[in-house]
Amino acid sequence: MNRSAPLPRTVRRRAAAITVLLSVVIAGSVLAADIPLDQRRSGYADLGRDSKAMQDDDNVNPATLWVLDGEALWNQKAGAANRACADCHGDATASMKGVAARYPAYSPARNGPIDLEQRINLCRSEQQQATPLPFESRDLLALTAYVGRQSRGMPIAQASDERLKPFIEAGRKLFTQRLGQIDLSCAQCHDDNWGKHLAGSFLPQGHPNGYPLYRLEWQGVGSLQRRLRNCLIGMRAEPYAFGSSEFVVLELFLMQRARGMTIETPAVRP
Amino acid sequence: MARPLINVPAKVKRGQAFEIKTLISHVMETGYRYTTVGARIPRDIVTFFSCSYNGEEIFRADLSPAISANPFITFFTVATESGTLEFKWVGDNGFSEIATATIVVE
Repeated sequence: MNRSAPLPRTVRRRAAAITVLLSVVIAGSVLAADIPLDQRRSGYADLGRDSKAMQDDDNVNPATLWVLDGEALWNQKAGAANRACADCHGDATASMKGVAARYPAYSPARNGPIDLEQRINLCRSEQQQATPLPFESRDLLALTAYVGRQSRGMPIAQASDERLKPFIEAGRKLFTQRLGQIDLSCAQCHDDNWGKHLAGSFLPQGHPNGYPLYRLEWQGVGSLQRRLRNCLIGMRAEPYAFGSSEFVVLELFLMQRARGMTIETPAVRP
Repeated sequence: MARPLINVPAKVKRGQAFEIKTLISHVMETGYRYTTVGARIPRDIVTFFSCSYNGEEIFRADLSPAISANPFITFFTVATESGTLEFKWVGDNGFSEIATATIVVE
């Protein structure tokens, strides 16, 4: 006779439920603490050798194709004003140096932060009197990558504008807020569990220092907002709309979380 | 669309092997994917690549749908004479692109 008869199913279920509940309570009690400044690491540090080689050489990095497109667009006249970016800003290698390091920035007109894509589109609609470029369109990514490229190697600037403070806090709140069907926050992965694996994928700290970047999974260049959208879908939460204030405050918070880290735009990531 | 990126050393010693790197902008749509409403996305790939060195073909490749977007093709050849390297890509929907690079052999 079998002496160690299995427990009734209901008891086992209850035990399993208590275990799950306990682990949730324990996980919840470890409050999401910021990563100490000296422990922050760019996603680059955990790339494979091949992906690193791809990012290191502009002749091999496919995002260079976008940067070259952006350079052409920079010098191309557009809109009713028949003006090119270069007509106002001149040589981007000088005038755009460091610009991407301080975006999202405060826009008095919008009464809040705007990101680099929105800044480019503001210029398009106001100065060039042209139709704004759609989010994630090749042209907008190309221009953003070209402008971003001019800040490569520079540290992400600490926000000095007092008016940005409430928006950074709003971004932090979204970062730590549980969302979606699996009730997960950004911080639970990227602050509390970075360096581990999520399914088979390495879990990085989630720094925004390489955007727009070439993601091998995308087979193309994409923005930080597209990457955030991917995360939100993974959390089974409804993604915010492109250009929404939620995405911009998240971008702003992520840039401040990564302040001082080196810009790698356009980076390569898996 | 950006021009193809070609990277060859400006000067090479005669008899020495050198690396040629090429990168071209292309979607490489496999033809096996469907849109959200079920319509098949037609195949659009680069099917052929070749490189000639002073008119003589030194490298050729047939590309397939399994190759990623923006194909990066790199290979070696031996420096014989100064001259021109000509690169050619041919693909679906009449896609054709030619690029050249000059090399000085000492």
